[in-house]
Amino acid sequence: MTDPIFPYDIATVRADFPVLHQEHHPGTPLVFLDNAASSQKPAAVIDAMSTYYRQSHANVHRGIHKLSEEATAAYEGARKKVQRFIHAASPREIIFTRGTTESINLVAQTWGRATLGPGDVVLATVMEHHANIVPWQMLAQEKGFSLQYVPLLPDGTLNLEVYRRWLHELPVKLVTVMHGSNVLGTVNPVAHMARLAHEAGALILVDGAQSVPHMPVDVQALDCDFLAFSGHKMAAPTGVGVLYGKRALLEAMPPWMGGGDMISRVTLAGSTWNELPYKFEAGTPAIAEVIGLGVAVDYLSALGMENIHRQEQLITRYALERLSEIPGVTVYGQAEQRGAVAAFTVDGIHAHDVAQMLDADGIAVRAGHHCAMPLHDLLSLPATARASFYLYNTPAEVDALVTALYRAKQAFA
Amino acid sequence: MYDMYRENILDHAKHMRNHGLLDPNDFDHEEHNPLCGDTLHLTLRLDADGIIREVGWEGSGCAISQASASMLGERLIGMSLADAKALNRQYVLDLIGFPLTMNRVKCALLSLKTLVVGAYGHEHWITIEDRDEA
Repeated sequence: MTDPIFPYDIATVRADFPVLHQEHHPGTPLVFLDNAASSQKPAAVIDAMSTYYRQSHANVHRGIHKLSEEATAAYEGARKKVQRFIHAASPREIIFTRGTTESINLVAQTWGRATLGPGDVVLATVMEHHANIVPWQMLAQEKGFSLQYVPLLPDGTLNLEVYRRWLHELPVKLVTVMHGSNVLGTVNPVAHMARLAHEAGALILVDGAQSVPHMPVDVQALDCDFLAFSGHKMAAPTGVGVLYGKRALLEAMPPWMGGGDMISRVTLAGSTWNELPYKFEAGTPAIAEVIGLGVAVDYLSALGMENIHRQEQLITRYALERLSEIPGVTVYGQAEQRGAVAAFTVDGIHAHDVAQMLDADGIAVRAGHHCAMPLHDLLSLPATARASFYLYNTPAEVDALVTALYRAKQAFA
Repeated sequence: MYDMYRENILDHAKHMRNHGLLDPNDFDHEEHNPLCGDTLHLTLRLDADGIIREVGWEGSGCAISQASASMLGERLIGMSLADAKALNRQYVLDLIGFPLTMNRVKCALLSLKTLVVGAYGHEHWITIEDRDEA
């Protein structure tokens, strides 16, 4: 892969990301391979937020004055950008949250709290991120429903036979599944899973934290009932995320947090709720961050999600090839459909030491359980190191990773 | 932005047409704007053919919302309730006659919202809002 055919010019794209142009240590350039944890931001996103604070900051939905009008228009404009980006039927189906975690908690605390009880089953999978396990465990303790986990096949894909059987045998009310695994890289067949769930009378929530930033996602084509994702993994700021929900479901759900902006009318005796999406957006929202998310969506759309996906597939395939050449290195997950992550171990070196030594060579990877402790228990691993890629990573950076791993092995030999 | 307070708006706001509630009536509905708390209470009397013959309203709010009620009320007389269903945002914004900023559009539309929600329910109003915004 000396002369890869990339869908766009990576050097031009890299020039848009200020943080990439620094030395990690004096003389050592930064190689940022921790994108599954959080991606870097293009200047356009940083500038949009700065411009907002410098020129048009005011609260939204409240003021009559010009600045409030500008802020409201920018905030609501971002909602429409997100709607088009994930092909939702209406901007009312786009709820801004703090991130994937809050989006999933919102569904648990509203739909879940109103719907689930003893005898019901929520079906998750063993590969889920803690954000898609813990909210359901907390609610299950309180409401008395049962939480079951679809197991894995040896290649790191879901056992869909068991999934299908459980949907028939168990009183499943909700399937909650990650679209892309942040450890194994597996891209789950959520459209297929949604069809099966609906045939069994269950709803499906898709955790899109590792898919929406990396590939085209069309909620109407997937026919998912809920989709949760975060801004900060898709070139947008931290502190903002999205819950998509089918309108009829959102309409029927009680609100979660109470406060300003989510009400229709408040009296001392009681209150009524505002319409969608405001019913779920109590209090002053993260206006600058939402505006930043809108600009990030513009940025990704201009490159094209198909192109980004293709570029990342090329880099990931190359990384998997190169890593597998290194004696003693094991990469986890062999799914055919896989995203831009490579979790690996090096024989004889703990993942934390691997990450530490790579850091000395300017390479940022993550080490640990990646918020998927049950999955690591299943793999009988205390921790893995993980290289994860985004639209700006290059083959040369993969080469740097491989060289640094050889160096680490030598040091421990 | 004194443009917003052109003569016709100030005239309707100061000299409200059809002000005061009708009792008895054939239509009685109250709506409010959650953003600013403006309220509008609209009553109508219809004839046997469903034609609006009398309009009476009361409300509290800004000049735009009250003038909009006054202006729309005048137009409703002689219109069937069925025809009123077909009215859209633009119809009311044209009555106002000059461009409103985003947050003020809600003020102007309170009159139409009260009519539509009272006659056809909240869902129908959402449909009108979404269609015209698209």
